[in-house]
Amino acid sequence: MKLAEKMRILAASVGTIAAVVAVTASGPVQAADKEQFFPALVYRTGAYAPNGVPFANGYVDYLKLVNARDGGIGGVKVTFEECETGYATDRGVECYERLKGKGATGATLFQPLSTGITFALTDKAPKDKIPLVTAGYGRADSVDGTVFKWNFPLGGTYWDAADILVQHVGKLQGGTDKLKGKKIALVYHDSPYGKEPIPLLQERSKMHGYELLLLPVTHPGVEQKATWLQIRQQRPDYVFLWGWGVMNSTSIKEAVATGYPREKMYGVWWSGAEPDVLPAGDGAKGYNALVFLAPAGQGQVHKDIIKYVYDKGQGTGKKEEVGEVLYNRGMVSAMMGVEAVKRAQFKYGKKPLTGEQVRWGLENLAIDAAAIKKLGFDGFMNPVGTSCVDHEGAHSGRVQVWDGKKWTVTAGPYESDLQIIKPIIRASAAKYAAEKKIPARDCAKDASS
Amino acid sequence: MLYRENGQFKTSYRADQQMLPILQDRMFMGLLLAFVFVGAPFVFSDYFFLSILIPFLILSLAALGLNLLVGYCGQISIGHAAFMSVGAYAAYNLVLRVPQLNFLVVLVLAGLIAALVGLLFGIPSLRIRGLYLAVATLAAQFFMDWTFARVKWFTNYASSGSVSTATIDLFGFPINSPVRKYLFLAAVVTVFAVLAKNLVRSHLGRAWMAMRDMDVAAEVIGIRPVYAKLTAFGVSSFYVGVAGALWGFVHLGSWEPLAFNITLSLNLLFMIIIGGMGSILGSFFGAFFIVALPILLNRAPDWLGIDMSTAMVSHLESMIFGALIIFFLIVEPQGLARLWAIGKEKLRLWPFPH
Amino acid sequence: MKRNRNLIILFAALLAGLIAPLVTGASGAGFYTEVLLGGLMAGVLYSLVALGFVLIFKASGVFNFAQGAMVLFAALSVARMAEKMPLWAAMLLAVVIMVALAFVIERLVLRPLVNQDPVVLLMATLGVTYFVDGFGQTVWGSDIYEIDLGIAKEPVMILGQLFEGGILINKDDVAATAAAALLVILLALFFQKTKTGRALRAVADDHLAAQSIGIPLNRIWVIVWSLAGIVALVAGVVWGAKLGVQFSISQVALKALPVVILGGFTSIPGAIIGGLIIGVGEKMAEVFLGPVMVKAFDLAGGGIENWFAYVLALLFLLVLPEGLFGEKHIDRV
Repeated sequence: MKLAEKMRILAASVGTIAAVVAVTASGPVQAADKEQFFPALVYRTGAYAPNGVPFANGYVDYLKLVNARDGGIGGVKVTFEECETGYATDRGVECYERLKGKGATGATLFQPLSTGITFALTDKAPKDKIPLVTAGYGRADSVDGTVFKWNFPLGGTYWDAADILVQHVGKLQGGTDKLKGKKIALVYHDSPYGKEPIPLLQERSKMHGYELLLLPVTHPGVEQKATWLQIRQQRPDYVFLWGWGVMNSTSIKEAVATGYPREKMYGVWWSGAEPDVLPAGDGAKGYNALVFLAPAGQGQVHKDIIKYVYDKGQGTGKKEEVGEVLYNRGMVSAMMGVEAVKRAQFKYGKKPLTGEQVRWGLENLAIDAAAIKKLGFDGFMNPVGTSCVDHEGAHSGRVQVWDGKKWTVTAGPYESDLQIIKPIIRASAAKYAAEKKIPARDCAKDASS
Repeated sequence: MLYRENGQFKTSYRADQQMLPILQDRMFMGLLLAFVFVGAPFVFSDYFFLSILIPFLILSLAALGLNLLVGYCGQISIGHAAFMSVGAYAAYNLVLRVPQLNFLVVLVLAGLIAALVGLLFGIPSLRIRGLYLAVATLAAQFFMDWTFARVKWFTNYASSGSVSTATIDLFGFPINSPVRKYLFLAAVVTVFAVLAKNLVRSHLGRAWMAMRDMDVAAEVIGIRPVYAKLTAFGVSSFYVGVAGALWGFVHLGSWEPLAFNITLSLNLLFMIIIGGMGSILGSFFGAFFIVALPILLNRAPDWLGIDMSTAMVSHLESMIFGALIIFFLIVEPQGLARLWAIGKEKLRLWPFPH
Repeated sequence: MKRNRNLIILFAALLAGLIAPLVTGASGAGFYTEVLLGGLMAGVLYSLVALGFVLIFKASGVFNFAQGAMVLFAALSVARMAEKMPLWAAMLLAVVIMVALAFVIERLVLRPLVNQDPVVLLMATLGVTYFVDGFGQTVWGSDIYEIDLGIAKEPVMILGQLFEGGILINKDDVAATAAAALLVILLALFFQKTKTGRALRAVADDHLAAQSIGIPLNRIWVIVWSLAGIVALVAGVVWGAKLGVQFSISQVALKALPVVILGGFTSIPGAIIGGLIIGVGEKMAEVFLGPVMVKAFDLAGGGIENWFAYVLALLFLLVLPEGLFGEKHIDRV
C-alpha cells in the first residue's frame, strides 16, 4: 500500500475519532418538555435474545398503548428509547449512563432485566436519584427499603420463588416435614442470578432436612452433559431449574436424554416461558414452572393492545406472540412503572416527574383488585402494595405446567413464608449497608415528609 | 516544516538519552498533558467521562501491560483478563480485610499479587511457544474465572458471588464524581506510562526485545530466557493487575467474575494489535479504538436520524466492527502507532514535497 | 529418553485417574460406562470443531478463531432453510453458502494479509467472527431454531441385565458418532487419493516449494476454507439437532481450543484423539472429581470442566511442546 494512501486513511481515522469526541462529548440532548421518558434496556441479540425479545416487546407495546389509548400518563406523553445491553453488565452500565439524562426530567426509572446489571446499577442509581425496578429478579435483599432506598423488586424476589417451590414440593409429599431425607438439585445459571436462591434453599434445607445439590451451569448453558450425568447418578427427588436463555431448553433436552422425569422438574418464573419449552418439543410435556404475576393468555388489556397498537401497524413484535408468558411479564413490568408515575402525579401534579418523585410513587404503590380490573389486567396481575420497609409489595406465586401446547396453572397461589425470608433479608441488607457505609433510613420520619 | 529536528543538536549523553529528544514532541506532550489535566474537566460531559474516558484510561493501562508482554517480549497471551481479575479481587480483599491501608498502597499490592500469579502462569512459556503458548494462557483465564466464582473466601461469602466496593478515599479526598475519577486515573496512568516507557529503554526492555526477535539468538548472546520471559510475565501482570483493581473500584463499583471473561481478554489483544505491538503510544490508540468504536457504531443510526430496530443496530454494530478490524489490519498490520509515525515523517517535509 | 519416561509417567497417572472411580467404588460399572460414553460423545463434537481448526492451520498457517462462528452460521443456514425445503436440499444449499463464504474470506481477508504475523491473522479471524455473528443473526434471526433429523430423542436402555440400572444410550449420539467417523474417513480418502488432496498436503509441508512446482496457493486456500466450512456444517448440524441452534453454539469453539493444542495444530488424527481425550477427561473430572473438590475445599459448586481441559492439555504440552502429533521443529540461528 502506498504512503499517500495510508495518509488518506490516517486522515480519515483522525476525522472519525474527532467526530466521536465531538458528538459524544456533547452529551445527551434535551428534548421537549411535556414528556415522561422511560428508558428501555433490552437484549434483542446474542445468547439471551430468545427470552429478551418477547419481554422487550411487551414492555414497549404497553408504553405505546398508554399513549395511544390514554394520551399518556395524566396528559403527559410517554416517550421511550431502547438500548441494547446483550445481557452484558458493562454494556448495560453504558446504556444507563447514556439514557439517564434523556427526556424533560431525566429517566423515570430503569428496568434492566438482568440481575448482573442490577447489581452494578444498585451502586449508581442512588447517586443519580433514579429508581431501579426489578420485577421478579435482581437483589432479593433489596426488599428492605431502609437500606435499598432506590431498588424496587416489585411483585417477588428469588427468595420468594425458592420458598414457594419448596412449599409446593413439600405439599406434594404431604407436608414439608416429609421432605426429610429427600434430595433436591438446583441446576442454576452460574451468575448472580442463579446464585441468589441458594441462601434460602440452604435455610429451608436446615429446617426440613432435605439434601441440597448445587449444580452450576456455565454461561451460556449449552454444555450440560456433566450436570445431567450427575443428576442421573444422584437421582434427586426434584430438580429446580434456575436458567435463562438457551440454558432452559437445553436443560429440558438433557433431562430427556438422561431420562429424568420432567414432571419432577420445577423452573423459576424465568425458566417457564414458551421459548424455554418449545425447542424441546414433546420432551417438555409435564415440565413445571412458577408463574410471576401474569400467566400466559389474553385479557382486556391485550384486546386494547391489538386494537390501539397492532391494528394501526405500530406493534413491536408479531401479533401472534401477544399474550405469551414473557410478553405479558414485560407488559406488567411496564404497567407497574406507569402506575408509579400515576401515583406520584397525585402528589406532585400532572407534569413530567423526576426520578426522585417517581421513587415516592413506587414506595407508595397501591394496585388493588379494583385498579387491576380497571386497567384491564384482570387475571394477569396480583395486588401490589409497597411501603418504605417493604419495596416488594407482593409475595405470592402459582405453579404452571406445560402440556405440549400451552401453559396451564395447576396449583397455588402460595404465599412465601416471611418468617423465614425476612431475617435473611435483614442480615443480607445489613451486611451490604456496612460494606457500603450506608446509614439506615428511618421510615417513620421519611413517611411524614 | 512544522516538525523538523534540524538545528536541535545534542551536546551531552544525557540529552541524547532523554525520553523525547525532539523539541516538538516535548511541546506536544506538554500541551497534551495540560489538556488532559486542566482542559478536559471543563470540556467533556459526565457521560463522556463515565462511558468513554474512564474505561479508556483503565483499559489503556491494561493494554500497556499486555503490550509489554506481547509487543516487547513476543509472548502471546489470550488470557490476560484473568490477571485483571486477580488484581481486582486482591484489591477487594485488601480493602475489606485491612481497611486502614491507603488505596495507592492497595493498588501496588494488588499489582504485586497479580504479578505473582502471572509468574506462575508464565512458567509454561519456558517450554511452549507461539500459538501453543497463546492457547495455553487460556488456562489462566478459565481457572481464575472459576476460582473467583467458587472459592467463597475471595468474595467474602457473598451469596450471589458478586462483590461491591465503597467509594475510594484518598487522603481524605473521596474519589466519587466522574471528574475526580477521571483525574485520579489520568494521574495513575501517566505515572505508569512513563515508567513503562523507561522500562522498555532499559536493559530489561532490551532483553525482552532480543527474546522476541529471536529467542535462540538471544540466549546465545547471554540473555537468560528464564529471566527475560518471567520478568515480562511478572511486569505485564503487575500492570494488568493494577488496571483490574481500578476497573473494579473506579469503573464498575460492583462486579462478578463474568466481568473479566474471555471477551475482555480478546479485546485487550485487539487493542494492542490495532494500536500497534511494541508501542506505548499504540496501547492508547488501540484502547480508544476498541472502547469508543462499538459505542459510536451503536449510536450512529440515532444521530444520523435513521430509524432502525434495536436488533438491527446491534447486528450492524457487530458486522461493521468486525469489518473495520479487518480493514485496519490490512491497511496497517503494524497498527495505528505506525500510521502515527508515518504521519510524523510526512510532517517533516510538509508542505514541501521534497 | 527422558521425554519418553515423562510421557509414560503422564499416561500412567491419567490411566490411574481414569480407573480411580471404579476402583474406589465411587461409581457402579453401569454409571461409569455412561459417563465414559457421555465424554466420548462430547469428544466427538469437540473433534469435529477442532478438525476445522486443523485443516485451516495446516494449509494456510492461520489460527482460525472464526471456526465457532462458522459452525453457528452453517447450522443457522440449515435450520432456517429447512423450514422452507427438504432437509437434504437445505444442507446442499448450506454447502454452497459455506463455499461462497470461504471464497469471500480468502479474497477479502487472507489474500491482503498474506505473510503477516500469525497474531495479526488470528486477530483478523476474530474480526471475521464479529462479522459472521452479526451477519448470521441479521439474515437468519437470533431465536432458537431446530434441525430435525428424524431421530427419536428418548433414550434407549441397553445391557439392563448386565449392569444395575442399565446404560442409557441416545440414538442421536450414535448418529453423531457415525457422521463424524464417516467425515474423517472421507477426509482421509480425499487427502490420500485425490490430486487436490495431495496438493493440499504439499502446501502444508512447504508452501514455497509447492508454489514453485505450480500449485496455485490461492485456490488451495479457498478449497481448504471450504472444507473447513463443510466440517463446520457437519458439526453444526450434529450439535444443532441435539440441542437446538442458537447464537450461543458459537461458544463451542472455545471448547475445541484445548483439543488442538493437545493434538497438535497440524494433525488430523491429533484432533480426533485429542477431542476424545478432552471429552472423556473433562466429563470424568466433573462427575467424579468435582464433588470431591467441592467437599474438600467448601466450594460453591463444581464446574471444574471449564478449566480441566486446559490443565490436561498443559500437562501434555509440558512433556510434548508440539502436541501429541505435532511437527517437531528445530531452530537455527
